[in-house]
Amino acid sequence: MNVKVDMVQDSIGQLCPMPIAFLAKNMKKLEAGQVLTILADDEGAEADIPAWCEQTGNQFLGQEPDDGFVRYYVQKSG
Amino acid sequence: MALCATMSKSQVRAMAEENKATIVVFSGDMDKVFAAFIIATGCAAAGMDTTLFFTFWGLNAIKTGAPIKAQSFLGKMMGLVNRGGIQRLNPSRFSFGGIGRGLFHKMMSDKNVTSLDDLRQTLVDLDVHLLACKMSMDVLEISRDDLIPEVENVVGVATFVKEAADSKIQLFI
Repeated sequence: MNVKVDMVQDSIGQLCPMPIAFLAKNMKKLEAGQVLTILADDEGAEADIPAWCEQTGNQFLGQEPDDGFVRYYVQKSG
Repeated sequence: MALCATMSKSQVRAMAEENKATIVVFSGDMDKVFAAFIIATGCAAAGMDTTLFFTFWGLNAIKTGAPIKAQSFLGKMMGLVNRGGIQRLNPSRFSFGGIGRGLFHKMMSDKNVTSLDDLRQTLVDLDVHLLACKMSMDVLEISRDDLIPEVENVVGVATFVKEAADSKIQLFI
């Protein structure tokens, strides 16, 4: 995905609810417009990360499969 | 206000609802406390002001795990058989007199599921409010010192009602 990534969260090996817990914590550290990439191999994250974005009003930019995990891109809203 | 007069009761109520979640943790069963903690983590992560009310057996999840300093004979006996502490919670099924607990711990750590201990710390890090019920503490002769310092306050039912009335999510586990 062709976006400038400001922070990377390695959630590989983590299960629910930890990827979301760390996502919430990390987003607090970012400024509006900045992008967080989450690397996760938990299948539940595929539904949970977009759901979290919808609930919190942040922008879900998309996802990309990688070697045994998925990269999720989330942009902080203003 | 004239505006309020034209609104239905439910509309007024909806306005009062804040972005809050309130969960009563009544059970001291490991699996149920797990469910409560995971839901609370999700609520807090979604930016909700989240409160957990621990009452009766649920208090075991916020005890230090040290011997209970009860006064009466019955209180002391209760403290012996119901010492609590997050490491001592048994599952609601297949407890097998404590063996089940070890089995569950092993199965969960094999799957890399976060332990109850760590999950509780995550709740604290996400600013979830941990409140303890005064009445059940009195009955079971549990003092403030028997509870972990992260417990924010010792409260009664009116505090629960106030929080729950403002909450979008209310659960009893």
